[in-house]
Amino acid sequence: MRKEEERRPKGYDGVNTMNDSNLLQVIDVKKSFFRAKALAGLSFNLEKGVILGLLGPNGSGKSSLLKIISGLYRPSDGKVLIQGEVPSRKTKAKVAYLPEIDYLYPWMSVRQTLDFVSTFYDDWNENKALELLKFMNLDPEVTVGKLSKGMRARLKLALTMGRDSSLILLDEPFSGIDPPSRARIMESIIAQYSTGEQSIILSTHEVGESEKLFDRVLFLENGRLKLMGEAEELRQEMGKSINDIFKEVYQ
Amino acid sequence: MKVDFDASKPIYQQVIDEIRKAVARGALKPGEKIPSQRELAQSLQVNPNTIQRAYREMEQSNLVETLRGQGTFIKDNPSLFLEIRRDMVEEALKGFINEMHSLGFDDNEILKLIEEKLQK
Repeated sequence: MRKEEERRPKGYDGVNTMNDSNLLQVIDVKKSFFRAKALAGLSFNLEKGVILGLLGPNGSGKSSLLKIISGLYRPSDGKVLIQGEVPSRKTKAKVAYLPEIDYLYPWMSVRQTLDFVSTFYDDWNENKALELLKFMNLDPEVTVGKLSKGMRARLKLALTMGRDSSLILLDEPFSGIDPPSRARIMESIIAQYSTGEQSIILSTHEVGESEKLFDRVLFLENGRLKLMGEAEELRQEMGKSINDIFKEVYQ
Repeated sequence: MKVDFDASKPIYQQVIDEIRKAVARGALKPGEKIPSQRELAQSLQVNPNTIQRAYREMEQSNLVETLRGQGTFIKDNPSLFLEIRRDMVEEALKGFINEMHSLGFDDNEILKLIEEKLQK
């Protein structure tokens, strides 16, 4: 594998200054739950301006990693730094996290959910959030409990992308959702992503339709880094789609 | 613009190829405006960074120019159409000839096969 610098496309944005290069540092992170190892010594860095696909089968450690970066879990060993700081209440203000679970209150309306969530975050962008709702065809007056699973997934994305966070973590945003909702979610990510300003880590075990979203991909297996590279370079070098490489890696 | 991407090849390169083909066909004229990077990213459902890379390379190769506050345009260069056509013919021929050589045909045989095919 070539050196990191050489792997980057020519004129790649967001790698020139020190500040940008250490948006996220994951340093030899381990996480065990009793005897089960979720992460077994994982290290990588992420600079600003990158959409990273976090890929791997179920149980490979994707969710655990995102929970550690978001500050929900603490690593058993090693550390995570967000702009040089250990995940805390302070870093939570710059990290937007979309969990896989359904955390919405069914009795609230879409509008009330927005108002409720907005109070937690200084980087809440009301205009952006409302624009997202509209784009997602979400009626602000509808009660969350009456929304389909796909519509709830759309709402969760609007709540996450409705913030101006430097780092956005999306845990399986496409999983178990109807194709129209998946397409809308994908379009919203593209529409709202601030090029050069933000980085997104998106985990998925279905690579096919999301691969056009990724600048870079990280393949996890049993809590370890199996392969990491620029998506376009991997296509060029291997003559294969990321989806085919994914299937090969985990066959 | 609608593109069926072949995900086994770099996507930015396919975006550039589509625009070159559109110029070669005359579907995009010199001086004509093309979509903004964000519009194209959304309509093709591709990472905006990928589109940015395609536009940057097209600027460097003088296929397009971006005018501040106005957008991106196919270079207003009358010979562009001919240049691109010539390049694309060159690439198509080179690809074909390499393929035939790798199948073990020599130049005379290739010529004969082409003549036969064209007469049909």
